[in-house]
Amino acid sequence: MEVLEKKKLKVATTSLAGCFGCHMSFLDIDERLFDLVQLVEFDRSPLTDIKEVGECDIGIIEGGLCNAENVHVLLEFRRQCKILIALGACAVNGGLPAQRNHLPLTDILSEVYLSSPGLGNGMIPNDPELPLPLNQVHPIHEVVKVDIFIPGCPPSGDAIWKVLTDLLSGRNPSLGHGLIHYD
Amino acid sequence: MSSGSLESILCKYDGSPHNLLQILREVQEEEGWITPATVAALETALAVPRAKIEGAASFYSFLHLQPVGRYRILFSDNIIDRMGGSQALMERLCNLLWVEPGKLSEDGLVSVTTTSCTGMCDQGPALLVNGRAITRVDEARIDAIAERVRAQVPLAEWPGEWFQVEDNVHRRDILLGSDFEPGSGLRALHARVETDGIQASNTRSWREGLPRGLVGPATMLDEIKHANLRGRGGAGFTTGLKWEACRNAPLADGQDRIVVCNADEGEPGTFKDRVLLTSHADMVFEGMTLAAYAVGARRGFLYLRGEYRYLLEHLEGVLARRRRDNLLGHSIIGIPGADFDIKIHVGFGAYVCGEESALIESLEGKRGTPRNRPPFPVTHGYLDQPTIVNNVETFAAAALIALNGGEWYKNIGTSHSAGSKILSVSGDCERPGLYEFPFGVSVAEVLEACGAKDTQAVQVSGPSGFTIAAHEFDRKICFEDIPTAGAFMVFDKTRDMFQVARNFVHFFAHESCGFCTPCRVGTSLLRNLMDKLHNGQGSPYDFEEIEKLNHILQAMSHCGLGHSACNPVLDTIEKFRPAYDSRLLHQQFTPAFDLDQALSQARQMTGRDDELAHFGAEHGDKQ
Amino acid sequence: MTQTFILDGREIPFEPGQTIIQAALAAGVFIPHLCYHPEFKPHGSCKLCTVKVNGRHTASCTYKAAPGLEVQSNTEELNGERRTLVQMLFVEGNHFCPSCEKSGDCQLQATAYELGMMSPHFDHFFPDRPVDASHPELLLDFNRCILCSLCVRASRDVDGKSVFALAERGIDSHLIVNAASGRLADTNVALEDKAVQVCPVGVILRKRKGFAVPIGQRTYDEAPISGHLPLAEEC
Repeated sequence: MEVLEKKKLKVATTSLAGCFGCHMSFLDIDERLFDLVQLVEFDRSPLTDIKEVGECDIGIIEGGLCNAENVHVLLEFRRQCKILIALGACAVNGGLPAQRNHLPLTDILSEVYLSSPGLGNGMIPNDPELPLPLNQVHPIHEVVKVDIFIPGCPPSGDAIWKVLTDLLSGRNPSLGHGLIHYD
Repeated sequence: MSSGSLESILCKYDGSPHNLLQILREVQEEEGWITPATVAALETALAVPRAKIEGAASFYSFLHLQPVGRYRILFSDNIIDRMGGSQALMERLCNLLWVEPGKLSEDGLVSVTTTSCTGMCDQGPALLVNGRAITRVDEARIDAIAERVRAQVPLAEWPGEWFQVEDNVHRRDILLGSDFEPGSGLRALHARVETDGIQASNTRSWREGLPRGLVGPATMLDEIKHANLRGRGGAGFTTGLKWEACRNAPLADGQDRIVVCNADEGEPGTFKDRVLLTSHADMVFEGMTLAAYAVGARRGFLYLRGEYRYLLEHLEGVLARRRRDNLLGHSIIGIPGADFDIKIHVGFGAYVCGEESALIESLEGKRGTPRNRPPFPVTHGYLDQPTIVNNVETFAAAALIALNGGEWYKNIGTSHSAGSKILSVSGDCERPGLYEFPFGVSVAEVLEACGAKDTQAVQVSGPSGFTIAAHEFDRKICFEDIPTAGAFMVFDKTRDMFQVARNFVHFFAHESCGFCTPCRVGTSLLRNLMDKLHNGQGSPYDFEEIEKLNHILQAMSHCGLGHSACNPVLDTIEKFRPAYDSRLLHQQFTPAFDLDQALSQARQMTGRDDELAHFGAEHGDKQ
Repeated sequence: MTQTFILDGREIPFEPGQTIIQAALAAGVFIPHLCYHPEFKPHGSCKLCTVKVNGRHTASCTYKAAPGLEVQSNTEELNGERRTLVQMLFVEGNHFCPSCEKSGDCQLQATAYELGMMSPHFDHFFPDRPVDASHPELLLDFNRCILCSLCVRASRDVDGKSVFALAERGIDSHLIVNAASGRLADTNVALEDKAVQVCPVGVILRKRKGFAVPIGQRTYDEAPISGHLPLAEEC
């Protein structure tokens, strides 16, 4: 039993500028989760509530980068994980949050916090506890090297399963027709 | 603009939509820019949809659908101008005039920005004010320019010596040294037809079945073929074959054959055509006339690059004199049926129009997008008519060949590269300017002649050409070794060859026509990566990306621009690798953008400047 | 006797004058393409249909078939290069498939699936391209334009209108419409226009018709683009 335990791969997951939809889709692998936990052990993940990522074999990133904290978490994942996976449209190309990119951030902040109708004495929050937003939203491959991409909004449970099982059995992950989609 | 003056411009250009770009140029010369009212008037007058007018005009750097100021100042941005300090000079002018580069001043008076090489590298740094070239710019001249702009002194009252353009010919050979008498080439050819030509035609007529009246053209074609003349634009296609293909191309009803002289000398570092048109225009026009005679053309165009607009009046004068002297027009020098005339088409700042099919599109009043080939221009060129497009220097050489014979010509130069080549020498040397050598001259000999010391590299034939390193200086300028359109930019040991390549990559990204995916996107991606290295953010991963883009550009692009856009990068990587390596950071991968800079707007809006409002070094080194 | 050339080891018959892609599609062999459309003169700009003819890269939509040609198309090398071109198109514009009405029916997306594009790979340009919603029935979302110019050609050559044109050059190239205001509402575009039908991506859209077909039943849900050969049937 101890030998088997040692062979388990360590997996960490997180959601940056995402909606957790990809994580929900991950759970859509349903009963195959039982097979998966035979093979892997979860480190930092919304599933475990571990806050800091440790040394892992696989890191799975949902969501793109919209603020400084996203970047810090991503860099930490890249440092700790042997294989980094971009999971879902937002991680792959910025996704819906990146649709703000044609607007200057200064305009966005002033409209949201200063000039919106009904806002009296508005101010832009400046507590150092709050991560600052980036000028533009970026997909994660623009900041760290990404090893594997699983597109989709969200990718289906089957697609995630296919990539993970390919990976666990040492194959080059690939998605055929029906599994590869961007929406 | 008054409707009267638009009317007269339209009239001058036969109200033809094919002359749209020339009409727009003349309107702009009067009004400073192309106003919506002009577009509306032309839409009606030419029966061309306005989207097409706007689409064509916006393709060209020198046509403006927005106001650009009463003084439009463009700094030539070739690496040679930069080595002469052009960037600091531009910054100085912007500071003096309180303008940001690329933006119109608030009072609408002046705009200052850069443009691709203006063809003055032997007397730079150079700039254009409202299309007029100012050479030898230094701080004093910048200060004086700023003064005159602020005082709104009309350009006509600016000191004449600022606009002086020198020929700077330092070595003359058969072409630049020739004392060419206008008409002498035509007369010599005609005389040859009268004497040995008739003899030759007797043997030819059974061989080629020449009807009467074609003996003269066939003689000209034979001389050109015998001379082994090859195109001087760089590619070196055999001129005689091109002319013959055009001559033999079938004509549909109402069609003519067309002769085009490509004076869109856009390759950075080249300026020989400027000198040929300034001081040897007769030779060029005579070459065109002989070509027309040989191929049976009645119409000709000189496509003059916009940067040389100041030569237009001079060239029109030469054409007018040649018409008076019966060297153009009907029955030239009395040969019945030898009818030919030349129109000048001024370009507007688009390097890609140096590609012959893009040039033809532009002549037709359209965006300068290279065509799909085949069919080639020799059968389907200007308005689908058989067309030859040759370089200025090729036509000048053709005139010499008519004068002195193909046999004389072919014995000059090397076995595969007959004749001479005019090199435009610039950069780190004592005597920049024109050097005409017989083909086969070595790079070292040219360097010796121009007084270059401690030379690290020479860029032969411009950004699309070859970066030649010191160990190759015994290589020869000729089609069988280093073919060239004429640029010869010298870099001494103090120069950073990475910056040379980066300047060239910027040039290609700016000049890509945008037609095909690989070049439109690839040149911009390449530019961004070179900038990333320049900014000290590059990684080995980025270097691999550069190599990948090089491959895609070469393999997939539509025309020569895309194919050669990576040449300076490939060559400098191969020969000056340390210039790249020294820029690469040690980590394998670095972010595409400056992380700390990406928080700038949020910092500005929140007023925060605490530690968490910045990215420190932590993101970099630990990866 | 019918003439033939060799495409990936297979003999392909062709009529005189046919291009390589025409002959290939007619023979049921798919070559990826975006700017090519059988009803229009070949354009040769997207370069997706690039093949190797006797070892040299060339666009198969403009290259005439000839007897004995040795053509490579479905190779790892060419598909890799095509994938790179598609990635270039994805980062050049703003392509957010989840919010696009054309998703599932989009040739750019389907071609990317076909080529196994898992990510856009390059750094995004994120250009600013405002949409034109001026027209009561039609929406123009320039964010998705790949500059294939099919609408330009259709409007000019079929509709006789020139509603669309390309402006500027290089990476700044973009689509414009034929109106002083620059707005589609002020052109003479009509819903029946060919130009309105040919957009391979999600630029020219009918308003209030989006997302009508459920996921799973859209054009490329059922079969990949290579299995459709819709163009061959029209040839």
